Amino acid sequence: MSNLLTIKDLHASVEEKNIIKGLNLEVKPGEVHAIMGPNGAGKSTMGYVLSGRDGYSVESGSVTLDGEDLLDMETEERARAGLFLAFQYPVEIPGVSNLEFLKAAVDAQREARGEEAVTSAEFLKEAKAACKQVNLPVSFLKRGVNEGFSGGEKKRNELMQMLLLKPKLCILDETDSGLDIDALQVVAEGVNSQRSADRSFIVVTHYQRLLDYIKPDFVHVLSDGKIVKSGDASLAHELEAQGYAWLQTEPAEDELEG
Amino acid sequence: MSEFYMTEQIDKALAREYEAGFVSDVESETFMPGLDEDVIRRISEMKGEPEWMLEWRLSAFRDWLKMDEPDWALVDYPKIDFQAISYYSAPKSMKDKPKSLDEVDPELLRTYEKLGIPLIEQQMLAGVAVDAVFDSVSVVTTFREKLEEAGVIFCPISEAVHKHPDLVKKYLGSVVPKKDNYYAALNCAVFTDGSFVYIPKGTRCPMELSTYFRINEQNTGQFERTLIIADEGSHVSYLEGCTAPQRDENQLHAAVVELVALDDAEIKYSTVQNWYPGDEEGKGGIYNFVTKRGVCHTNAKISWTQVETGSAVTWKYPSCVLKGDNSIGEFYSVALTRGRQQADTGTKMIHLGKNTKSTIISKGISAGKSNNSYRGLVRMNPGAEGARNFTQCDSLLIGDQCGAHTFPYVESRNPSAIVEHEATTSKVSDEQMFLCQQRGLDPEKAVSMIVNGFCKEVFKELPMEFAVEAGKLLEISLEGSVG
Repeated sequence: MSNLLTIKDLHASVEEKNIIKGLNLEVKPGEVHAIMGPNGAGKSTMGYVLSGRDGYSVESGSVTLDGEDLLDMETEERARAGLFLAFQYPVEIPGVSNLEFLKAAVDAQREARGEEAVTSAEFLKEAKAACKQVNLPVSFLKRGVNEGFSGGEKKRNELMQMLLLKPKLCILDETDSGLDIDALQVVAEGVNSQRSADRSFIVVTHYQRLLDYIKPDFVHVLSDGKIVKSGDASLAHELEAQGYAWLQTEPAEDELEG
Repeated sequence: MSEFYMTEQIDKALAREYEAGFVSDVESETFMPGLDEDVIRRISEMKGEPEWMLEWRLSAFRDWLKMDEPDWALVDYPKIDFQAISYYSAPKSMKDKPKSLDEVDPELLRTYEKLGIPLIEQQMLAGVAVDAVFDSVSVVTTFREKLEEAGVIFCPISEAVHKHPDLVKKYLGSVVPKKDNYYAALNCAVFTDGSFVYIPKGTRCPMELSTYFRINEQNTGQFERTLIIADEGSHVSYLEGCTAPQRDENQLHAAVVELVALDDAEIKYSTVQNWYPGDEEGKGGIYNFVTKRGVCHTNAKISWTQVETGSAVTWKYPSCVLKGDNSIGEFYSVALTRGRQQADTGTKMIHLGKNTKSTIISKGISAGKSNNSYRGLVRMNPGAEGARNFTQCDSLLIGDQCGAHTFPYVESRNPSAIVEHEATTSKVSDEQMFLCQQRGLDPEKAVSMIVNGFCKEVFKELPMEFAVEAGKLLEISLEGSVG
């Protein structure tokens, strides 16, 4: 099976500071990869670089999504190609209703893919179902995007967007941060319900806790801008027990890369 | 980094085409530039006015000569040479006063059609009657018979001077006195056309009324005059739109609008102002110096809603004098400036009566190198027992080269009156843009959506047809060449 995502020797910087330093990763359709690592390892940066946030510049390396050169695309083109980033801190857009925002996003994506537009009635039906699935009252569709939402509501709102946009690759950026255990379960169930043979996930997290609910196929440890260790789900438990301190005392990076 | 990115993206998004910038090929009769008593006599003669109207004009002119141009607004423009302006221009074909649409020059009808305002009644929006003013004359007023059935008078003000002199004499200048300010005095002296509306007692106007102002001729000023009288217990919703050709010279538009809401009456006045704003460097564009004021008698209500996207310089403060007890004044405004546009706009709410209420919602959006100021006065007079005001002024900055300013003036002379003022300033943020783009929206759509969201509270006050138009107008204003 060919890769959905292939990252080869990626180097990227923010404000002229190198953050990603030789990242390699391969994700096949349907796989769930967890990226763990200490603060400042470049976990969030990785998500921003892949989704094409301005100010995050790629110095070298290549990234393909479904065989297409991802780095050659504009931010919105990457989204339309099926890349979705669930934000750690979703921003508010006052006065723009969730429904209006989501409809515009879905319309833009469908149009780019040459698909027919969904009618407002159809879309409303889908959106209501998505609300229900992530345990948000339907009234949230009428509220401004993230306007006055609690931390947990914002995360569930991100998930709702994911349900409606049906991406191929979802990057969840510390989706567990600021969530209590109940909210975490709702989010995890939502993610699990979306797991399928043609949808892959990159779950970025600092803690192993989230991975009790979203079982990853692979766990990678990101440190100082590159993956220093990879393994299966058990690696997460190991990290939980040992912390990340051992990374600082490990021998030179190239030896670990193996 | 984000600052730079935003500025670049938004500049692209804002580099729009002004769609109403064409010139109509119409043969016009235009006065030579210049202003003196003789010019005023000739305007009056062209309109075939009675002596009292001419005298009224002349006395305003004599007052104007003694007045100084105001300089307190936060706008900067070269001194206007009032002798270089032509004060009257009318299509030649209008001289014989066409009796019906069939007699109107097809080129004039085409002009309005191009602007999206077909004047053939069958093609129009069913619920809207239109008075089309082209330079100094009203071209046509639609649905008049239908309105007459309801007793509603809707006609050019030049016609009202002849047909309804008592109403005109009684109310013209009653809300905005001749000497009110420099531009109002000038308007009183040289006004040419505009709309006159009278809604009889207890009548709900059966359709939306609207006037569409078009400046076409070069080097002319447009001095519109509108007077709306809502008699006791009546109700009317009035809309106003305006455009002008794209020219390198500045043109002056100095209007006066007076609203009279008698006891228990309600007037809703909406404006979508899209005069030519000048180019990116600030060349050309309309100087929009306008005095708009309404007086509310007992239990009456006046609501101003404005969407201001055009003009090089805007100086405009639609106001309410809340004279009667329990009367209500509202002001909802969206002002978008870009390029080198300058807007100094806001309102005055003068509370005279008991338990009067006013609401001010102002949304200023500044982009490019523009300057956008809110200037508002809330005055509670000693008799304004239990009066209330709520003011909310929000500014949205796009890029880092524009300015947003808020000048609220509060004068409270009654301790029982309550005045509330809230103000915010925000930016279209890099995070918001990124969220939109990450979900698949292009930057243009993202900016227009964020700006529309910011304006929502005002747009919901517009009549349906206009809300759509205003949304589109903002979209066009924010449209550009983002690839």
